[in-house]
Amino acid sequence: MTRPLLRVEHLTMRFGGLVAINNVSFTAQHGEITALIGPNGAGKTTVFNCITGFYKPTEGRLALQSGDQALWDDLDTLTAGGAKSLRRADGGLFLLERMRDFEVSRDARVARTFQNVRLFQGMTVLENLLVAQHRALMAASGFTILGAIGWAPYRKAEHASIERARLWLDRIGLIDRADDPAGTLPYGAQRRLEVARAMCTEPMLLCLDEPAAGLNHRESAALNDLLMLIRDQDKTSILLIEHDMSVVMEISDHVVVLDYGEKIADGKPAEIRSDQKVIAAYLGVEDEEVDKVAAEVGL
Amino acid sequence: MSEALPDRDARPDLIRALREGALAALIAFALFLPLIGFSTVQNMRNEIVLEARWQLLFTLVAVIAGIRFLSTLLLAPWAERRAAAAALTKREVPPNGVAQVWRAMAARWFAPLALGFVIVYPPLVLGLNGFQGAAKWIDNFGIQILIYVMLGWGLNIVVGLAGLLDLGYVAFYAVGAYSYALLAQNFGLSFWLLLPVSGILAAFWGIMLGFPVLRLRGDYLAIVTLAFGEIIRLVLINWVPVTGGYAGISSIPRPTFFGIPFNASDEGFAATFGLPFTPIYRTIFLYYVILALALLTAAVTVRLRRMPIGRAWEALREDEIACRSLGINTTTTKLTAFAIGAAFGGFAGAFFAARQGFISPESFTFMESAVIVAMVVLGGMGSQIGVAIAAVLMIGGTEIMRELDVLKAVFGPDFDPTQYRMLIFGAAMVAITVWRPRGLISTRQPSAFLAERKAISGTLVREGHG
Repeated sequence: MTRPLLRVEHLTMRFGGLVAINNVSFTAQHGEITALIGPNGAGKTTVFNCITGFYKPTEGRLALQSGDQALWDDLDTLTAGGAKSLRRADGGLFLLERMRDFEVSRDARVARTFQNVRLFQGMTVLENLLVAQHRALMAASGFTILGAIGWAPYRKAEHASIERARLWLDRIGLIDRADDPAGTLPYGAQRRLEVARAMCTEPMLLCLDEPAAGLNHRESAALNDLLMLIRDQDKTSILLIEHDMSVVMEISDHVVVLDYGEKIADGKPAEIRSDQKVIAAYLGVEDEEVDKVAAEVGL
Repeated sequence: MSEALPDRDARPDLIRALREGALAALIAFALFLPLIGFSTVQNMRNEIVLEARWQLLFTLVAVIAGIRFLSTLLLAPWAERRAAAAALTKREVPPNGVAQVWRAMAARWFAPLALGFVIVYPPLVLGLNGFQGAAKWIDNFGIQILIYVMLGWGLNIVVGLAGLLDLGYVAFYAVGAYSYALLAQNFGLSFWLLLPVSGILAAFWGIMLGFPVLRLRGDYLAIVTLAFGEIIRLVLINWVPVTGGYAGISSIPRPTFFGIPFNASDEGFAATFGLPFTPIYRTIFLYYVILALALLTAAVTVRLRRMPIGRAWEALREDEIACRSLGINTTTTKLTAFAIGAAFGGFAGAFFAARQGFISPESFTFMESAVIVAMVVLGGMGSQIGVAIAAVLMIGGTEIMRELDVLKAVFGPDFDPTQYRMLIFGAAMVAITVWRPRGLISTRQPSAFLAERKAISGTLVREGHG
């Protein structure tokens, strides 16, 4: 049985005359790791920026659902109605293309990391994780006013947020560096911290833009374990862009392949591995020439 | 081959120093000839005539040449030797050296000691100078500096924490001052009621300014805020029926001691407490009011830095895009920074109007904004103590210059040291950008910690980009 979390439908993004993404549709399932792969310039990061609200798509619908699956039935009503979202006590249905970037994160609970790490370098590791819990802390502090006068529930919430940060620091092995500035961490640790920071927003969907880039073999294996832990224990679904095929093939449940802004394949990792179109795209040749080129390079 | 080896003979050094000195003299002469060499003065028939000031010109040129000569001959080789020696002994410094212990002690005790000093300052000055001499020290030094400390701390929220360069901060100071002056004069409301009202009105204007400029970053934001400061000043000048234009507003009601006025009447402060009348009581009272207001600003800032909103401000300064990806509404975050910073400017403005009893647009020129921004930058963006030290040095320094009659003996009887204030400001700015580009206190204190609070080096902390 499929339980869609995110539906990308006919997504098109044009920058002036340049078509970065052309009519791409795919679905990410609850509790799965979905990988978005493709050669350089295929439009993967543009898809991410559309999903997370940093770009407004030219055309298409991006729908995210949490809680009751029956909410999907109201999708067309919501689309026609012009509202951004439909919220129920146990979840909601969100049209991401209508939401601003911070609303996608705050309301629809989509967290993301960046291709070139974007930590708050001059703040400590702990502070980075506390900033990520802004939404919860802001509400608990009565929008600052009650918190500033030392309201007890706020102090409790602050304590809880530090405990959550401590939990994540334990998981990513940075508990000893908690009070150091994030800018002084080694690169691999910065990548892990960025994942932890995104997870501190308690997301439904975690979007990772090349999380394994620049990591050595051991760090990459540790990252795989962390992502599987997030999927299985935190029940957070993951959408990731990745070039490192060992990561993609090992941990993803579903793979979507883009090339020149179009979807060329969509399926289980094993199917993608043997897909002629995908191999052709990665080798940069026409479909018919794949066998010849593959023989030449000894694949 | 002797060219390649460093020649340690005194002779080539001396020649080089002489050459450098002569070059500096030449440049200084060319620069100062039109600027300082000639001055326009009015003669008896009201004609403007050019007057040459050769003595002053040559004195300055000689001073500059001398400084350059000495620095090339003595200072540069000395600094070189010191740097070489420091490089050699660097690794041998023990981790808990005497200097470090001293530094830790200074960091720990500076704030409480400074606070203790400002609290006992009025009685101390009174004891040292008597009633006649003390007024100048409490008013010109104490109150004047504390107003700027408060303005610096208020702007520090916007520039230092949120990283938004605001060059029109004086506009909020003006809004506060005119709010108090107009409301007190026309409706007879008391200072204590109007103080929060002025703050709220200034915050309102902060939001008004904030909305249109939120999309702007960096230089563009600075230009628009600068223009906003000028707009407010021009409105104050041209809206004559309300603001009195250039003439300003005079005889603004003065604050009372919980309803008891500071005057010579039978209901006055002195008579009520059975003291001989002197105006110094009001000055002392005003001193403690502005001290309390400044401390309130500091306390609120310290508190807010540990709240989610304060962390969001700093995160905004570090990386705005990452902030948005974490669900932080950057629009409201920037607006709160603008509004809270503006509110403190408004408080200071209301106090300024109440203390002066007279305000005019002259007091709210761009120069004031520039001085406040300079205090924040010189002090170290985000550092409360740094900003306070910078305010003391800059405002106190200006006031001290008025006292330096000694300089008249050197430069002639017409010499007015305060006229060189901008020159000294400029020099201080250049010096600080060379030696301490991140300000006097460049480290950042984290807002929360797990095991140990460690200061963060200024090189890691961003300065904001919009």
